Amino acid sequence: MKSAILQTASRYLLPILLLFSFFLLLRGHYYPGGGFVGGLVASIAFVLHSFAHGTENTMKILRYKPLSLIPIGLGISALSVVAPMIAGLPPMTGLWFEEPIPVIGMIGSALFFDIGVYLVVIGVVLTILFTISLND
Amino acid sequence: MIDNHILAPVFVHLFAAIVQLIFWRKTITQRFISVGGSLIGLLVAMRLFSKVHQEGILTMNASDWDAPFGIVFVADLLSVTLVVLTSIAAFAVSIFSSVGLSRQRMLYGYFPIFHFLIMGLHGAFLTGDIFNLYVYFEVIIISSFVLMTLGGRKAQLEGAVKYMAMNILASTFFLTGIGILYGITGTLNMADLSFKIKDVQNQTLVGITSCFFIIGFGIKSAVFPLYYWLPSSYHTPPSAVAATFGGLLTKVGIYAMLRVFSLIFIPDDFICTLLMVLAVLTILTGAFGALIKTNIRRLFSYLIVCHIGFMMGGIAMFSKIALMGAVFYLIHDIMVKTNMFLIAGVIRQLRGTMDMEKLGGLYKEYPKISLLIALVLFSLVGIPPLSGFWPKIFLFQEAFTQHQYFFVGVLIFGSFITLFVIAKMWSKVFWKDVPENVEIEDKFASMELYRKIMMVLPVGILAAATLYIGLNAESIVKISEQIATQLIDTRPYVEAVLGN
Repeated sequence: MKSAILQTASRYLLPILLLFSFFLLLRGHYYPGGGFVGGLVASIAFVLHSFAHGTENTMKILRYKPLSLIPIGLGISALSVVAPMIAGLPPMTGLWFEEPIPVIGMIGSALFFDIGVYLVVIGVVLTILFTISLND
Repeated sequence: MIDNHILAPVFVHLFAAIVQLIFWRKTITQRFISVGGSLIGLLVAMRLFSKVHQEGILTMNASDWDAPFGIVFVADLLSVTLVVLTSIAAFAVSIFSSVGLSRQRMLYGYFPIFHFLIMGLHGAFLTGDIFNLYVYFEVIIISSFVLMTLGGRKAQLEGAVKYMAMNILASTFFLTGIGILYGITGTLNMADLSFKIKDVQNQTLVGITSCFFIIGFGIKSAVFPLYYWLPSSYHTPPSAVAATFGGLLTKVGIYAMLRVFSLIFIPDDFICTLLMVLAVLTILTGAFGALIKTNIRRLFSYLIVCHIGFMMGGIAMFSKIALMGAVFYLIHDIMVKTNMFLIAGVIRQLRGTMDMEKLGGLYKEYPKISLLIALVLFSLVGIPPLSGFWPKIFLFQEAFTQHQYFFVGVLIFGSFITLFVIAKMWSKVFWKDVPENVEIEDKFASMELYRKIMMVLPVGILAAATLYIGLNAESIVKISEQIATQLIDTRPYVEAVLGN
């Protein structure tokens, strides 16, 4: 699709949407949001970019294949699930740092679980959409 | 007793799958990870078994939320026995699939999905929360859809559509049942349900809800009248996949039925009669179906259906001895049925076909492999002292005590038909000469030695396990007796989960 407006807009929307997806990811523990929605928003940012500039160009921005995000994300989530077992607690127990970190707030193992979900969602959505759009 | 490590078998397979995803398209690395991961999984499962065997029921409250509010995982003797059996079967299948599967299928993620499937099975056996059980069922069926369609041949897709439609229907029934159960009791924890269900005023509704579970689990374990998806889909995927499905997936349905009908719904006369009628019809239809099939894998598929009826009959009689028989049969069946489909895969490599009419002369060419296979076939038929014989004693004994003479007759009939079709298969595949004008396509003879070993070794491992079950029946009977006691008297289970 060749449209000057869309191309210009998507160039600015990409960072803004990514930032918004991060915001959704971080607030997800107590408020609406979380890894799944954040991941969807982030992948929409890339999909929009690929509409305007073509899938090949979006792949160039990403550098790595989106498929490789799936095992990384799953790995982070799975590790955050088993991490409490090292501390002698049942799996999936939330471990929290004592002090809040500026801007982000409290950090715990739940955040890493969400980051894993975030990466898996981006990986899955982009793999599916890029496979479809590269085939035609 | 609380033990935070009871989910270890689940995690082993989860991490095996994740590491394999990292090595996407590197099939040789994936094979090593798969076999290694399954071996570690087996060792972990055995450790868990010995711990539960010595120390009694272990529980784990996920996320440290106390039961009944959080999700609880429970390892009682039935669960860990099935976890160990699943691990043995998974170990054998992963060895077999590392040589018995085309590279094309491996490229599209056979091994990671296989491990996700095994993870789902372990999770389903270990969970103590009925909704979590549903979630693990979903993990199992989604993985099995992928395994079934991997390769994308037309016949496979046709089988997969039937499989998928029926399994989604089963899940819907199961989920509806859970919904009603939650509506009338307000809890999903199975131990908590077991005594809250007694306080429900409207016991008719409880009875109807239990029928939802019978239908849901009945479809999954291929019970009459909704068994037909099984024989029409299990012969399409590669043998390694069919072995996992045939050995393990239907048995999850039986496990769920044992769990739900011992813990939550105590079978009354109506449920017992219903289960008995279903069991009898399942045995009969399975046996009749097996009689007329000439494709080996279709024949085995009908035998699965037939033998599910034996276990259902055990549940239907619902007494300690009957449940001992059902549990022992379950133990024997997982090992043998997995092996049968692996054998079908070996035969296909030896001859290029699975049609009995086109097969022949295997005994003359491969006497050692044939004798190994004969051992497994004898166990399936139940020649004493092999493993298929012992559970039937308990089933007969209880059927006579309860005057279920019709079931005794059907049991004898089912065993007899099994004997007949297996004897027919043996004479056609192994003794008969190769039919004229049939070209043999022997891939096995030209294989490297390590491939030959990798192909026959899993059959040997499972045959050894079967032989162990048969010859060491005394200890298996003891374990089945303990399991049956735990199923009849659920107080230790409830106390382990909820405290006093």
